[in-house]
Amino acid sequence: MNPFKAVMASAIVILMTVGAAGCSDIKPWVKPYERDKLADPVMSLSRHGKADSYMHHVYQARESARGAEGGSGGGCGCN
Amino acid sequence: MAVTDRAGFLSALVTGLVGWLLLSQLATAATLPVDNVDVLYHRYEGGGMVIDGPSVLVRKSVGPQVSVSGQYYVDMVSAASVDVVALASEYTEERTEYTLGVDYLHEDSILSLGYTNSSENDYEANTVYFSASQEFFGGMSTVTLGYARGQDEVGVRGDESFSEDADRQNYQLGLSQVMTRNSLLGVDLEVVTDEGYLQNPYRRNRYIDPDAQRGFSYQLERYPETRTSFSVATRALYYLPYRASIRGEFRYFSDSWGIDAQTFELAYVHALNPRWTLEGRARYYVQDEADFYSDLYAFENSQTHLARDKEMSAFSGTTLGGGVVYEWKQTSLPGIQRLQASLLVDWLDFSYDNFRDVTASGDFLPGQEPLYSFDAFVTRASLILEY
Amino acid sequence: MTTRFLGLALTLATLVGVSSVQAEEMNIPAPDFTLESRHGENLRLQDFRGEVVMLNFWASWCGPCRQEMPLMDDLYAQYKDLGFTILAVNVDENRDEAHRFLDKVPVSYPILYDPQSDVSEQYEVQAMPTTVMIDRDGNARFLHHGYQPGYEDEYETQIRQLVRE
Repeated sequence: MNPFKAVMASAIVILMTVGAAGCSDIKPWVKPYERDKLADPVMSLSRHGKADSYMHHVYQARESARGAEGGSGGGCGCN
Repeated sequence: MAVTDRAGFLSALVTGLVGWLLLSQLATAATLPVDNVDVLYHRYEGGGMVIDGPSVLVRKSVGPQVSVSGQYYVDMVSAASVDVVALASEYTEERTEYTLGVDYLHEDSILSLGYTNSSENDYEANTVYFSASQEFFGGMSTVTLGYARGQDEVGVRGDESFSEDADRQNYQLGLSQVMTRNSLLGVDLEVVTDEGYLQNPYRRNRYIDPDAQRGFSYQLERYPETRTSFSVATRALYYLPYRASIRGEFRYFSDSWGIDAQTFELAYVHALNPRWTLEGRARYYVQDEADFYSDLYAFENSQTHLARDKEMSAFSGTTLGGGVVYEWKQTSLPGIQRLQASLLVDWLDFSYDNFRDVTASGDFLPGQEPLYSFDAFVTRASLILEY
Repeated sequence: MTTRFLGLALTLATLVGVSSVQAEEMNIPAPDFTLESRHGENLRLQDFRGEVVMLNFWASWCGPCRQEMPLMDDLYAQYKDLGFTILAVNVDENRDEAHRFLDKVPVSYPILYDPQSDVSEQYEVQAMPTTVMIDRDGNARFLHHGYQPGYEDEYETQIRQLVRE
């Protein structure tokens, strides 16, 4: 199978599993009031703001690989 | 043909996924990024080059649902990299970039729209970016979709008549999942397609030429007019009980030019006390060369596509970095709710497996020159003020 | 070309179309509990019968909580003489974090500590912050998930309604 399509298929499976979990009886096991550690800045995926995106740019200008650098989520999950 | 096929496939897939997910349990709401000013001094020094400059970002919310941001960024380049130095003299150059963005919070999703213009005397790039981010499953999962469209104009200093276009499209899909009270997992996928003039007009490649003084001569580069790349990355973050964290990342990259690359990264963050944090990181990058790459071709015009850009060669890069972050929450400064100052330093070490240094002193037969390698220091000094 | 843009347009439409509930109306007895307060003594919910109680769950690490607290303080000052009080339940595991926070965001309404999340679990808190409006008979009448600028107007409307009952 084409490696592109293989990874796409895996992505579908992962995301559908997560989605299915939302539909079924599985309740979120980390409660909103239990997010203190995740809200801590040491657990941030991108704590340094623009300094982090600058570093991606440094690598992109010198390496052929590009993409899949970002990430958002985690944190306090408020509202 | 393959380009449109994959892109269409990804869009359809992504639409189907999101539609499916949204049929499931009611999503929870999210929060907009906080109002802040982000000032950065960045500096890259190595390989005979110094590139430094400022970056200033201002973000402000307009009402409860909208947040706007504007960024000004400058790269001031002095000196030149090795493959241009071999043929041209030193130069200074400046690249200026402006970005405008707006984020819109609607119930449970955040929609973002952005525009970036990057301008230097021989390259103009315009990019439009759109993304949608949604939290669900009790706020434990976040799905993000992104699409970017770029249109670039490639020019040549000193040649007014030269103007070529390069277009680019990025498709992004990201999932962030809270695993436990102490851990987080993220998966990102991105497909990039380029079309147009994708080479560097200043670069030349070389071929064996017995008549030439050095034994080789230069000729123009000739890249394919399309490129499709795919990358998938996974990252995991774990909280350590003494207010620290460890992060691991792996990214796999593959493109239609035959380049395969892997990136490994490990980072450790350690809070000394509520205000001061130390961090360290290590990164290893390895790639193999493009199908049409060669440091030295056997003769002139030997194949359809020709490239000697070291970025297309087989090489590896190691980075070791560290930093210190100072955070002041609920400051006594008027109007400032949080202050964060960071100083981050990284040492990058690149070593090439099949790109040779033609500027190396000494008498070498073509193709016998030492393999090129260089290292660089990257410094980032940043100040973030939340107001 | 059209496939791409159509796909993205559909995505946008589905995302915008989904709505979620931030404020609910109900009339069920609010579960009783006893928690230690900032001033040292234990406070029991049942002791507040006859008063309108705004029960708020907050944490020092929660951004929207920080936004709404000064506004809640205004409501407290305005309506406390009409038989209204706020009970703000802090869910920080570490009390010091809450104290550091309150030093910078001072409020005059009662603060209760729920470090083991017993009451949070009892009330099945689904978002941070969460606000429950309890009437004079001890029944939970309105439930708010999260905080966004503008919610304080809803709080005020509901307080005025419950105070008049």
